[in-house]
Amino acid sequence: MAYSDELYQQVIIEHNKKPRNFFDMEDATHNCHGYNPLCGDDYEIYLKIDDDNIIQGVSFAGSGCAISKASASLMTTFLKGKSVDESRTVFEQFHKMVLGEFDPDESENVLGKLKLFKGVRNFPSRIKCASLCWHTMVGAVDKNETVSTE
Amino acid sequence: MADTNVTERVSPILDVDKIRQDFPVLSKTIHGKPLIYLDNGATTQKPWVVINRVKEFDSDEYGTVRRGAYKLCEDSTKYYEETRQKVADLLGTPNKNEIIFTSGTTQSINLVAHSFSRRFINKGDEIIISNIEHHANTVPWQIVCQERGAKLKVIPVNDSGELIMEEYEKLLSDKTRIVAVNHVSNALGTVNPVKEITEKAHSAGAKVLIDGAQSAPHLKINVKELDCDFYTFSGHKMYGPSGIGGLYGRMELLEEMPPYVTGGDMIMQVTLEKTTYAKPPAKFEAGTPPISQVVGLGAAIDYITDIGLDKICDYELELLEYGTEVLSQVPDLRIIGNAKDKASIISFYHDAVHPHDIVTLMDQEGIELRGGHHCAQPTMIRFGVPATARASMSFYNKKEELDALAEAMKKAVKMFAG
Repeated sequence: MAYSDELYQQVIIEHNKKPRNFFDMEDATHNCHGYNPLCGDDYEIYLKIDDDNIIQGVSFAGSGCAISKASASLMTTFLKGKSVDESRTVFEQFHKMVLGEFDPDESENVLGKLKLFKGVRNFPSRIKCASLCWHTMVGAVDKNETVSTE
Repeated sequence: MADTNVTERVSPILDVDKIRQDFPVLSKTIHGKPLIYLDNGATTQKPWVVINRVKEFDSDEYGTVRRGAYKLCEDSTKYYEETRQKVADLLGTPNKNEIIFTSGTTQSINLVAHSFSRRFINKGDEIIISNIEHHANTVPWQIVCQERGAKLKVIPVNDSGELIMEEYEKLLSDKTRIVAVNHVSNALGTVNPVKEITEKAHSAGAKVLIDGAQSAPHLKINVKELDCDFYTFSGHKMYGPSGIGGLYGRMELLEEMPPYVTGGDMIMQVTLEKTTYAKPPAKFEAGTPPISQVVGLGAAIDYITDIGLDKICDYELELLEYGTEVLSQVPDLRIIGNAKDKASIISFYHDAVHPHDIVTLMDQEGIELRGGHHCAQPTMIRFGVPATARASMSFYNKKEELDALAEAMKKAVKMFAG
């Protein structure tokens, strides 16, 4: 499975098995429901944003494929302590990376370990899996109730 | 078990190696691996005879049907009507005018749902479907219920995926106007007792539609023996082109039902004040139909008829049995749908590997499966899974391919759970 190793990297498999920040946050200031009708990925993203627009807490709950779950797990570890504006920038770069429109190995970027998901670009049917949690996070910030990838 | 006894693997029923040569795509590779095509429930591959017949027709013989008095049109009309006869023979009706061409099962069910309901369904009436229907046999009836003020009743299934017939009988009443169920569940592979369902519906005075999308290419069908009122099928699931399928409808009902799609070809006479309609099947075939696709469908029916549906059915059941056995040996894999009477569809689930990941991993091995809710979300809800992976077999599949699937699944489970 050489080619799919690029998609299912060890870190991704590990986060799928043991997702971080995987709980319903009761004192969240923002939350949003994300759904991918294609494969049924279904998550709630929770954020705790303080008065200075800094994300103090982030968690997720729900179910879905390994790519969607690992992506959400890594997102939660990445966003804590970042400002809402920074989070939007990360989302934009992440989204362009998985679409194949932005190569973090060739341009300056803020993606850090999220570069792990670069391989998704070679699996068109999986791009929505990787980006679902990010769309949902932005939905929560924008006070939307639901986000769908369709 | 993936045994070493090679002689046991050679099916005496069909010469599968020879059959495989009829399908050009089966010798292709996917990601450098030989293609193992196991998504036949979604769509089947095409044999050369279908590909070549469509090419020949489009190159040399193409014309419109029914309306012209010149050579190309007359010949096209002849081929078009010959296919109607072939469908009638395949489904077992002596009257080919009971066969209506549609774009496929979805359109066939929509035609019946909307046309039948306008004539026969009123406020307070009831429609029965089952818990294991495709969305194509669910959504149209929900809409009919909303529009006509009717009520939708649902036959429950047991944990094996079989309809609970005692519950079905309780749902039937003098309010029931139509019972719409699939012959074979696309999500579970269950073969439903459609003859018994029909008898009981008729005793209650209700009509019966059978969604045959999954059965027409795999089982021998006789609509007159089944005594059903409507039977639907899709050409692209029976080795023919996409965009063509059909509907069998009992003539006296077709005559009473109003047209569904209207326009050219479905009329007897049009004035600005009034239109009279053509007789069935033309009444339900407005507009220029997919002519080349109909011709291709005719070639596909000849092809499967030549092989023989009895042999196809026997061999596919052998594949089902073998596939069930080898997949059961994958640690913690659960087969969803264990009906006593099943067609060659195996839906499965694994706690550690989501169906969507299974599909991607299998694809890397050249194995093409379907993962998802199979347009049967109520079925997924009933079995408490978000989705399943599904291997749906055809007579061109081999036991070795199912061995490869089981081995690749073991590898995937190890990768995710190990």
